[in-house]
Amino acid sequence: MEVIIFYIFSALTLAAGLFILFSRNLIYGAFALFVVFLGVAALYVLAGADFLAVSQIMIYVGGILVLLIFGIMLTQKKEKSDDSTRHNRVEVPITRKIWGFLTGIGLFGLLMKVIFSSDFRMAGEEMSTKSTIKTIGVELMTSHLLPFEIAAILLLVALIGAAYLALNRNPTA
Amino acid sequence: MTTIPVQYYLVIAAALFCIGLAISITKRHFIGMLLGIELMLNAVNINLVAFGRHDPERLSGQLFALFVIVVAAAEVTVALAIILRVYGRFKTVDPDKVNELKQ
Repeated sequence: MEVIIFYIFSALTLAAGLFILFSRNLIYGAFALFVVFLGVAALYVLAGADFLAVSQIMIYVGGILVLLIFGIMLTQKKEKSDDSTRHNRVEVPITRKIWGFLTGIGLFGLLMKVIFSSDFRMAGEEMSTKSTIKTIGVELMTSHLLPFEIAAILLLVALIGAAYLALNRNPTA
Repeated sequence: MTTIPVQYYLVIAAALFCIGLAISITKRHFIGMLLGIELMLNAVNINLVAFGRHDPERLSGQLFALFVIVVAAAEVTVALAIILRVYGRFKTVDPDKVNELKQ
């Protein structure tokens, strides 16, 4: 049963990823990215990471994806036409398509070879089905306190930097 | 309750990473490249979570994945701010056409 759900969600994720790769309208790609994020969150749940799945949905779907869609809408092409899909279309030259597919398939083959030739010997036993929130909270406040604080400072710096960069300093342009 | 072997997760993550790499190579659009980078970060997170399943006491993999999500959020805000500035100056989002430091 669990394996069937795993297959369904991984097929959904990969299909949405391939849709981003082949779609020529970037807005459709952004909405397919939504499906990818939901599928990845489902894979997290199947791997026993419930807190991470919820934060994935909140941060990626609620924050990053909305930001990306705003970015796409603010950087449309200028020309006017009746075709509503015209503004966000991305023309891809054939040479770059070939190189992209060759790189992707080559790296995939290499990774497959590495994954199936390696023999993973796990140190601990499998996780039992209990909530991970308590462990994550305790670990964040004890042994991972320094990275936690650094992440807070990084977010503050990124916030100030992004606000400063996005300010319109020359209103004539 | 049957558990899914770790190789399944690794295969899915490798496929997702390669799709993200192909997207960020082929798309001639700054935000398209960002979409590919987000896919690659998610693939790496799947790997971390799949291996972190075998560490139920300390959950190092899940904590690392949490920090990766934080860094991805910071990265995408700064990248979008830079893209908006570049668009305001060059009026294009094609990385091939942005080839001068000063217009």
